[in-house]
Amino acid sequence: MWFLDLMAEFRDVFITVVQALPYIAAYIGIILLTLMIWRFIKRLLTPKKDYGSLKTVTFGDESAVASNYAASAISILLIFVMWGAFTGSRLVPSFLHAPGPFVGTTSFTYTAEADGQAPDEATVTVRVFEVGQEGDAPEVEPGDGWAKNDSDSIGAWRSGLIRVDKNDDYGRKEGHRVTAVNGQAIAPGQSVETENGRVGMSPKGTLNFEPAKGWQMEPIWLPAPEAVWSRFMEIASEGYRGSTLLEHLSYSLFRVFAGFILGALIGIPLGYAMGLSDWFRGWFDPIVEFMRPVPPLALIPLVIIWAGIGEEGKVILLFLAALWIMAIAARAGVSGVAISKVHAAYSLGASKTQIMRHVIVPNSLPEIFTGARVAMGVCWGTVVAAELVAAEKGAGMMIMVASKFQLTDIVIMGIILIGIIGFGIDILMRLAERALVPWKGKI
Amino acid sequence: MSGLSIENLSMRFDLPNGSAVQALKDVSLDLAEGELMSVLGPSGCGKTTLLNIVAGFLAPTEGVIRMNGHAVHGPDAERGMVFQKGALFEWMSVRDNVSFGPRMAGKREADYGEEVDHLLEIVGLQDFKEKAIYELSGGMQQRVALARCLANHPDVILMDEPLGALDALTREKMQSLVLKLWKETGKTIILITHSVEEALLLGERLLVMAPRPGRIHREYRLPFADLGVGQDLREVKKHPDFAVKREEILGMIWDMEEEIMGRSEEAS
Repeated sequence: MWFLDLMAEFRDVFITVVQALPYIAAYIGIILLTLMIWRFIKRLLTPKKDYGSLKTVTFGDESAVASNYAASAISILLIFVMWGAFTGSRLVPSFLHAPGPFVGTTSFTYTAEADGQAPDEATVTVRVFEVGQEGDAPEVEPGDGWAKNDSDSIGAWRSGLIRVDKNDDYGRKEGHRVTAVNGQAIAPGQSVETENGRVGMSPKGTLNFEPAKGWQMEPIWLPAPEAVWSRFMEIASEGYRGSTLLEHLSYSLFRVFAGFILGALIGIPLGYAMGLSDWFRGWFDPIVEFMRPVPPLALIPLVIIWAGIGEEGKVILLFLAALWIMAIAARAGVSGVAISKVHAAYSLGASKTQIMRHVIVPNSLPEIFTGARVAMGVCWGTVVAAELVAAEKGAGMMIMVASKFQLTDIVIMGIILIGIIGFGIDILMRLAERALVPWKGKI
Repeated sequence: MSGLSIENLSMRFDLPNGSAVQALKDVSLDLAEGELMSVLGPSGCGKTTLLNIVAGFLAPTEGVIRMNGHAVHGPDAERGMVFQKGALFEWMSVRDNVSFGPRMAGKREADYGEEVDHLLEIVGLQDFKEKAIYELSGGMQQRVALARCLANHPDVILMDEPLGALDALTREKMQSLVLKLWKETGKTIILITHSVEEALLLGERLLVMAPRPGRIHREYRLPFADLGVGQDLREVKKHPDFAVKREEILGMIWDMEEEIMGRSEEAS
């Protein structure tokens, strides 16, 4: 029944969360530890002198809580240290590295039986080489008895089937079967832990060696920071999928700006009309109120059907993403004008046009800027999502294509760049806001 | 004929639930040029409604307002307004706020510049010309609002509790300023206030209004505004008549408030 399935899904999610709790607790422990160290350092360095330090009530006093730059710096540093530690990065001193995967030569013994033969023991020697290197299986003596010694080579984080019966005197036709590994009994479907890995047995009885993986992440899951950086330098100079990095990012930004500017050009006058005329308000209210909660991502399929995956489709999508937000912001800005200001302007002899230009429009600017910040954020998120679905160029397309080839370093580089650009857009909007509507929030 | 005349003004608001509120009933009065009239009354007596009708923001259900002989229909530069909280334009500097009226009338800097600077000097803001509105204190903002109104040369200035939001000390200074401006410019002023003292100090004429329906209860002619022009307002308050009048009017308003309370208790 679907409901039970759903419940089972919830249970799995819950179990995953519970399993993550010790790690979250460890992370919080690190935060608190650095906090105490920082407090101690600060007490040593700076005696109390500013006004804030004289406050006795700080817990619950919002004004006493400002972002601590030291905490931010340590936080970012810690992310890179953890990233480096679990990827074996060269940037992180090796004593901080998490245990890596086993590399080198290891061996285990197996006990085989065959029809009418006494059980015999032989050794398997495995050479485990690092990712990206090639290695041959080591040369080994066949040894005595009917079961001969074997050898093989396997890459770190990989596993390999080892047909131990191949070189033995009695093969599967004679009923060759492995009964124990390192003296521990084994049967199809079971496994035995060895010193440097794990020996499993397939349902058909073939042995399978998996070298110990350690705690580090395989590069295809998480590449080291320096690998991402060198990939960034490579793509910045050589490009990816026929376009330079600058071209990919410029296309994404161009779509955002084109869509946002069109949305603002139509949305702001629409919002003004809705704020100033009951007919316009009535006409557009159902449309705006319905379209505003529709996530722009839900429009992607329709926009692709109507306009294809080219630039028009993207710009139309972002236009629709920005339009409603800007219309509602402009409407709120007009509605928010204090009636006394309009009355004052009329009493000072201003005409309707002058009131529009000198009172209503400037008064609505703070709301419009708030809307613009939201709209730019939504547009940036939407463009990346639209490019993930279908595009020939763009930041989202770059990481989507890279993920299909398991080029995780490009995916991570793309995510970091997308984050930096989104953050940069918000910072620019805030600076513009401070310069253009300095009275915002001070009335 | 110059000046302002209010003739048989009535105002009825019809409420959505079918009942109606008689905010003003049959209010008539004449204001000669250069008179300063303060209006006092318990809450709900329709004094703000009266001011809004005179300003032209509301149309009365009955009666007419005549300004310089012609009937009033809507707001106009001849009737300037000072609001309780300034109603200043935050996106303009102090000086641009003050010069708003002349600029909207299409005058050029050469025409109004000198006068605007002079007005800013009178209200003591000559050093704050280029400041933003949000950088000023409440009292300073009210002074900008006064200067903005005067720069537009209205025939009548309507003040809706202009000092109501100020602290006691600033309020006293502003009262002197209002008297000074009244004497220097000779403007006709209607000032609405909640404070009996303020109404006595500033009102050459004092109108006490009664509620439900809003109507004129009593009118006084007072000497204190003229006394206050030349001297400290605290001296005026020591005048023996001042205390007598204050007690009389306070008692009057107190009785009205009692009556409202009683009536609403009966109703409930």
